[in-house]
Amino acid sequence: MRFLDLLAFAAGALRGHRLRTALSVAGVAVGISAVVALTALGEGARRYVVDQFAALGSNLLIVLPGKVETTGGAPFGGVTRDLTLDDFRAIARLPRVRRTAPLAVGEDTVHYLDRGRAVPVLGTTSEFATVRRLEMASGDFLPPGDPEQGGSEIVLGMTVAQELFRSENPLGRIVRVGQWRFRVVGVLAPRGRSLTFNLDDVVLIPVRTAMRVFNRSTLFRILIDVRAHAEMEAAKKDVETLMTERHRAEDVTVITQDALLSAFSSILNALTLALVGIASVSLAVAGVGIMNVMLVSVTERRAEIGLLKALGAADRQVLAAFLAEAVLLASGGGVAGLAVGAGAVRVFVSFYPSFPASPPAWAIAAALALSFAVGVGFGVWPARRATRLDPVAALARR
Amino acid sequence: MIELEDVWRIFRVGESEVHALKGVSLAIGRGEHVALVGPSGSGKSTLLHIVGCLDRPTRGRYLLEGREVGSLSEEERSLIRRHRIGFVFQFFHLLPRLTAQGNVELPMLFAGTPPEERRERAARALGSVGLSHRSHHRPDQLSGGERQRVAIARAVVMDPAVLLADEPTGNLDRASALEVMDLIEAMNARGLTLVVVTHDPAIAQRARRVIRMDDGGIEGTGHAARGTGERVSPSGTPTPEPRGGG
Repeated sequence: MRFLDLLAFAAGALRGHRLRTALSVAGVAVGISAVVALTALGEGARRYVVDQFAALGSNLLIVLPGKVETTGGAPFGGVTRDLTLDDFRAIARLPRVRRTAPLAVGEDTVHYLDRGRAVPVLGTTSEFATVRRLEMASGDFLPPGDPEQGGSEIVLGMTVAQELFRSENPLGRIVRVGQWRFRVVGVLAPRGRSLTFNLDDVVLIPVRTAMRVFNRSTLFRILIDVRAHAEMEAAKKDVETLMTERHRAEDVTVITQDALLSAFSSILNALTLALVGIASVSLAVAGVGIMNVMLVSVTERRAEIGLLKALGAADRQVLAAFLAEAVLLASGGGVAGLAVGAGAVRVFVSFYPSFPASPPAWAIAAALALSFAVGVGFGVWPARRATRLDPVAALARR
Repeated sequence: MIELEDVWRIFRVGESEVHALKGVSLAIGRGEHVALVGPSGSGKSTLLHIVGCLDRPTRGRYLLEGREVGSLSEEERSLIRRHRIGFVFQFFHLLPRLTAQGNVELPMLFAGTPPEERRERAARALGSVGLSHRSHHRPDQLSGGERQRVAIARAVVMDPAVLLADEPTGNLDRASALEVMDLIEAMNARGLTLVVVTHDPAIAQRARRVIRMDDGGIEGTGHAARGTGERVSPSGTPTPEPRGGG
């Protein structure tokens, strides 16, 4: 039997039961569209996070105080030394480190005239702009110089600038943070939320000044830009060794961006797979639906099957004809589901344009392969029943 | 052409066994026209199904064109049905979703005949039953007689050696029945072997040979045309007679 004839024959049989065919196709379409839409969202979430990390800078090492470990065994166990500006200067001297920026963090209200806004205040140095790849909307970043010097310059995030100054040009104006007076030297370009801070809604001042303002001697983080991406691990070792020497204990944690990224990535992949697994349940249900429809079809068309055998159809041809029907049902549902799923993702993206959701190519291929497999998997048994039918008994009825 | 030697067909129904055929022996020559008559349950349909390779004998030998077919694989038997045997049924068994043309093309579909050749041969077969003008009608748009003529076109489109007709006129009015019988007898006259199962004595009497069956055996054989009509009563029930055949 020619392949096209087989398809035409199966399609003709399906056309005989339009409603039943449409419902079976719809069942598979729901399953496939769920698979497509959920993988698109999962993949979108993964890409969103990856993009966020890329915005941080790909050669980034982050040093934070403290080490995750079990403490309490020794009388003074668990005591950790804080990160200091001295640590920062020592790290800056390491050969594999291109740039490094200290970070001290507090929260206070920034005043301009009668307006005030409570925001995170980041104390850092001029290097921070390069390490975090910040761009300026106007003016300059904090001036370079000895971090111990301090200064009265302040850089505003875009939102802060807009809220405090409305249409006024903030450059050169004086703002107050608590009792301290600062001169605005620049405004950051809009950046949006970047993991921990919304960089549109912060102000940045020299690190030494920040430590004085908040009356603390310790740093929140030290950010390091490593010279080459290939040296990330070596640089991490260098920093760990250095800090262990300086603190006489392993009491800091150094994280690379890759480690964070791969942790997030694998979490989100697992999430995507879980979503797909849930969607597959509906696909299995649709498959059972197809099996049911095909079984009904086989029972209804006993006389036809008997006739086909009497006319010289071999068992495998009868099998192929019924299997082709099941596969057509399932593949039709696959294509329809792909269209519906992709359409749903488009609608979603039109509402949330910043979320990069789109069904990945592998998901599209997998959805089509899956629908085909559903057709074969759930069509074989009914089709085999058709071939086992005794033609004599089948023809005896009207 | 068709040779049966001591053919038994035993069905298992639950615990008990039903002997549908009890040692039937029979020979039908090439180009013969044979009528199989007998009451319901006499085994004539079972015999026809065995001859048509739709069923296998439980015991005994069945030779079609000199070839033992009872022991062939299902695949080979489907080839024999496709190429050597044509079936005509009481209820026509046309697929309602296909046109007359499509129904006649069916056997060629399984043979893998190319579409152009299929169309041409189906058109020729429909022409030979006088239905060229109805070829694009579906069965529900055709009369009973026309449906049976489409079924006959389908049965002969593969150019078989044997035409097996199971009550071909059972569902037709008298006029259509005569038309249909004229048609298949004309094919018989051109050399097609014809076996007709029927209840209808008028149809049976048109055959050159009448084989009467009862209770799974052959009751008697006669030449209807030479006046063996007394063996078949007008009601179609055979008169009691010592068992012959088997």
